[in-house]
Amino acid sequence: MEFLRYVKVLAWKDVRVEFRSREIIYTMSFFAAMVVLLFSFAFLKQSATSNDMTGSSEHSPGFIWVAVLFAGTLGLSRAFDRERETGTMRALLLAPIPRAAIFLGKSVAIAIMVLVVQAVVVPLVALFFDAPLFTHPLALVCTLVLGTIGFSVVGAVFAAMLIKTGSRDVLLPVVLYPILVPLFIAAIKATAAMLDGALGDSWFWIRFLAVYDTIFLIAALWTFESLVIE
Amino acid sequence: MTNSSRSAPLFIGAAVACIFGFGYTLSLIFYQTPLSAGPLYFNQKIFYYHVPCAFMLFLAVIVCGIASIKYLRGRDQRWDDVSVAAAEVSVVFGTIVMVTGVLWAKPAWGKWWVWDARLTSALLLWMTMIAYQLVRKYGGAGSERLASGLGIFAMVNIPLVYSSTRLWKTNHPSANTVPSLDPSMRAALWFSVLLFTVFFILLLRLRINARRNERRLYECREMALDAGIF
Repeated sequence: MEFLRYVKVLAWKDVRVEFRSREIIYTMSFFAAMVVLLFSFAFLKQSATSNDMTGSSEHSPGFIWVAVLFAGTLGLSRAFDRERETGTMRALLLAPIPRAAIFLGKSVAIAIMVLVVQAVVVPLVALFFDAPLFTHPLALVCTLVLGTIGFSVVGAVFAAMLIKTGSRDVLLPVVLYPILVPLFIAAIKATAAMLDGALGDSWFWIRFLAVYDTIFLIAALWTFESLVIE
Repeated sequence: MTNSSRSAPLFIGAAVACIFGFGYTLSLIFYQTPLSAGPLYFNQKIFYYHVPCAFMLFLAVIVCGIASIKYLRGRDQRWDDVSVAAAEVSVVFGTIVMVTGVLWAKPAWGKWWVWDARLTSALLLWMTMIAYQLVRKYGGAGSERLASGLGIFAMVNIPLVYSSTRLWKTNHPSANTVPSLDPSMRAALWFSVLLFTVFFILLLRLRINARRNERRLYECREMALDAGIF
């Protein structure tokens, strides 16, 4: 119980810092919207019936997740840069709290920021590509939340490890993306199946996401202590 | 020093055995196994190198993951040497797997590449190990920890990548083609696997020794600097 209180306090600290400047949320959301926009330029098709250019909804799961992944990576490095610049990471590590609580607090804060970005990206994709994303709200929310949890857990581990490394901005995606591929596949498949109305498939991939999250949460909690030592 | 000089005869013996072994596989593969019926014909021969190298890729990643766990547990540099060596060797075997696989796929499937479960998971594993090399090379101080984290996560990721890609329609000959092979083909394959395992251990030892010597040289230089010799 005490542990969860630490996690809550740490996550709340990050969220509060963020909502004072709104730096990460604004930049991430703008960047994600821009990625979606660029995608729509790349994938627009000439409509068969009229002279209009229309987007087809078949690619929309990919747009959502690529935008979230890219924007999330930006947010991750910024969130940890902030700790480094002000030297608060050392203070956190010196505090008499378990390292795992620091890690979980950070992951929760990042997850909240990513969810905010998704709240921008998903309606935008639904609007631009005429995708029926909101027909199965429960499956959509489960996919988004589980995908975000997996991203934040794995992302927080690697971003924390990279905090002292010189070329961290380049190395973060290099190490993060190969590990995130199963999550990415499952999230896209779940979203795509949902769009096709194949809810059974969608729930299968949602369960896969839950398994991925559990495995990496355990691996991260288990390794974080020894990976991040000042 | 004593350790490596004591194992030198064994090492040289294994190297010599490898040289003769490679010659023997050539004879086994090209003279003592029947040519494949059907469109593959001579191209099927690549199988005797492709499959063992794929085994070695997985073996190398598992060795790297276990060595990374051991390193993080005890901070023993010798385990770090093992994980670096295994990661390097895995990239070598991964490259062989990719090249031979692509060469085989063109006549067999008519395409250089298909997005099949095994191909995708092997490709991702290979990419992860290349990321490991990038981290080592450009990560600077403290990159051992980051790299070992990546090694552990890569190992954990293997079953996830495989199962996430498995649901796609699979083209790859399944693992149970092996018992259905002609006995002489099976013998040639297992001999090749054995040979590559010895070769793998040899390469691993070689790289571990090189790493160890590199570190020793560095330490000597530091000591000399401290003593004011340079």
